[in-house]
Amino acid sequence: MELTVGPNLFFWSAAQVRDLYDSLVSAPVQRVVLGEVVCSKRMSFWTDQIPPAIEKLQAGGKSVALSTLALITLKRERKMVGDLLEMGLPIEVADIAALRLIPEGTELWISPLVNVYNEGTLRWMAKRGATRICLPPEMPVESIATLARAGAEEGVAIEVWGHGRLPLAISGRCYHARLHDRAKDNCQFVCGEDLDGREVDTLDGQPFLAVNGVQTLSASTACMAHQIEALREAGVQALRLSPQTGHFADLCQGYADRIAGRISGDELVAQLLPEAPGGRFSDGFLHGEAGAEWSGRTAAE
Amino acid sequence: MMELVCPAGTPAALRAAVEAGAHSVYCGFSDETNARNFPGLNFSTEELTEAVAGAHKRGAKVLVALNTFPRAGGEKLWHQRLADAEAAGADAVILADVGLLDYAATHHPRLRRHLSVQAAAANPDAINFYAETFDVKRVVLPRVLTVQEIAEINKEIDAETEVFVFGGLCVMAEGRCSLSSYATGKSPNMNGVCSPASHVAYAEEGNELAARLGGFTINRTPKDRPAPYPTLCKGCFTSENQTGHVFEDPVSLDARHLIPALAKAGVTALKIEGRQRSRAYVAEVVRTFRAAVEAVEEGRPMPEGALARLAEGQAGTAGAYAKTWR
Amino acid sequence: MADHAPSIPRLPRLVGAAMRPLPLMPVSIALSALSRRIAKRHASMFRRLGEHGNKRFALDPTDLPMVFLMDLRGGKVRLSAHRTAPPSDARIAGPMAGFLGMMHGAYDGDALFFSRDLVVEGDTSAVVALRNAIDDAELDLTEELAEMAGPMRGFLRAAIAQAEKQSGVVLHRVDTLAGGWT
Repeated sequence: MELTVGPNLFFWSAAQVRDLYDSLVSAPVQRVVLGEVVCSKRMSFWTDQIPPAIEKLQAGGKSVALSTLALITLKRERKMVGDLLEMGLPIEVADIAALRLIPEGTELWISPLVNVYNEGTLRWMAKRGATRICLPPEMPVESIATLARAGAEEGVAIEVWGHGRLPLAISGRCYHARLHDRAKDNCQFVCGEDLDGREVDTLDGQPFLAVNGVQTLSASTACMAHQIEALREAGVQALRLSPQTGHFADLCQGYADRIAGRISGDELVAQLLPEAPGGRFSDGFLHGEAGAEWSGRTAAE
Repeated sequence: MMELVCPAGTPAALRAAVEAGAHSVYCGFSDETNARNFPGLNFSTEELTEAVAGAHKRGAKVLVALNTFPRAGGEKLWHQRLADAEAAGADAVILADVGLLDYAATHHPRLRRHLSVQAAAANPDAINFYAETFDVKRVVLPRVLTVQEIAEINKEIDAETEVFVFGGLCVMAEGRCSLSSYATGKSPNMNGVCSPASHVAYAEEGNELAARLGGFTINRTPKDRPAPYPTLCKGCFTSENQTGHVFEDPVSLDARHLIPALAKAGVTALKIEGRQRSRAYVAEVVRTFRAAVEAVEEGRPMPEGALARLAEGQAGTAGAYAKTWR
Repeated sequence: MADHAPSIPRLPRLVGAAMRPLPLMPVSIALSALSRRIAKRHASMFRRLGEHGNKRFALDPTDLPMVFLMDLRGGKVRLSAHRTAPPSDARIAGPMAGFLGMMHGAYDGDALFFSRDLVVEGDTSAVVALRNAIDDAELDLTEELAEMAGPMRGFLRAAIAQAEKQSGVVLHRVDTLAGGWT
């Protein structure tokens, strides 16, 4: 099983972005997806880090793709897809609208934010040029197995959400701005204050969700430490690790060790929990339970 | 006149909608193939066949929603329902999944295809993609666009647009939200339910009514205050030291006064949400909106009518159609 | 635009007081006869309930001194009256006029719930299923009772119409479409 580093979903400074990708050059991951997914307003602050990061990561032997935005609305956002194409790399499609702007023959990776729930859609995507599909995080393992079989027939690698706060929703409304009583157009980039998202608890103090600009994530950090065997059995070819603060390259190493059988699921959990945003893990989606459920005994409430 | 597209969760509600002046009624089968897969709701194939015949006799159309994302390994059910809808004489099917659109375009080419709001096609590229690739004739726009944006979109696309004017309001891009399954294991995309009643628990605690979903507290309401249903995104939460409706207030959409602007923006059809509501609700809302579109058509002022009491939170909002919403 | 809930008429205290000494047994027998009749004439209502068709619902009119239990277990409908709420899968409480108004298509169940006129406890799914099944059945209490009354039906219809006018409680179907449309 391989490891893919997903695009960083949060608003980090250019220096933080550079440090992240520098640290990944020698990390045991096969591929990295770069690009702004959540908000086009953030881009001018950090995207000049993308070309040097591509160069370094490729020199380190990683495959690299560029992601589109998850919600393309404005004219300039539509034009940005063209800018991505100019880089000549595979495109990770995070909004189906991008398909109309990408010429046939371009290699496509399909983001977990695009709905591929069944064989019909998978086959259509394969015909359109998809070589990899990261499935929606809410999908149960039986469905994953069915799609992995269809993927094998079509030459499409199936990837699943491996680690990181779950991307649960995307909206036209910016919740960060709303929490600061600001209009979206005058947000003053407040989402940059919360490098792993801003936590939202229930009125009874239960950790529940986290907001990241127009995106809503889980408060818990999804962690497949206990699910490697089930996913391998299902035919999954790669795990997606979603960037978070802390020692992210070590996190990648931990998953590589777990996949290689050098450490157990419990050991990986113990290693990762101290830096997990929200301080709590979840993996319930895989077995058709509430996504917030956790298979381990280490759930810290 | 703008086409009024009205909800029906049961044959009785469908009859009520048509009698109240619906030009079109949309409904679904009693299973996971549509996004209102609620207990006791929806149509058998026999009921649909009878309803279509009755509606056609009265000059109304019936649109069948097959707007969930077929389960891997289970696509046959959705394919069967496409055939059932065509056999029943449905005027169109409302679809969201790329694979299902592809199948419908190939196997049921004469069955008119509309794009469900669950596909969240919010820009001209997405809409043109669906129109060109799957010959989609009409697109139901997500509830995240301003009237101005809708007007811009209509200039660039080759499909009809349908927009929501009344009822529940999704604050997230529809069809791209897993909040419900995160809390309950059941989602709109996979199961056709959001914040399902099966996972709702109410508890009187002190002077408050606590509403929980999958164990997460979504609302606490003082006694004798209106109690919203615990829909996740309309809950009251705390973030750092702020408490409130972080995502959306528990209000529902009422865009009656925007009908003239929507007409000018090139919108073909106006949609009323609420297949889960009663025939009393359907009749009253449809009657009010029919009077409104007739008034707009004839250039008369908008008739006033009280619908707020039927709405969640008992208050209406123009929602995203006003840009300040964002 | 009115931003208040519709005011649901409450039964006059006198009605409740008058009912207090009523023996429950004959009330239950009459209710069972009525519910058997409705079950027979509206079989699709029970199909619509699906997996919830074997549950017990406590219907608690807050302005009457009794609680009704609708027991659907064993494929039969039994409706009985009780002084206090018996064990059930779900309880729905509210003014009697709310129940009757919903049944007759005059009020929307969700709206009554949002305004707190109705309170639901227990199995919320079962309540939703019941609400939808009854809504689709287009029941008419006046007509059911009149049919049961045989030769007295004319008198009964007039008496119910009079009671309806006096109390504001909806006792007949308000949307008068011909059921079954083809």
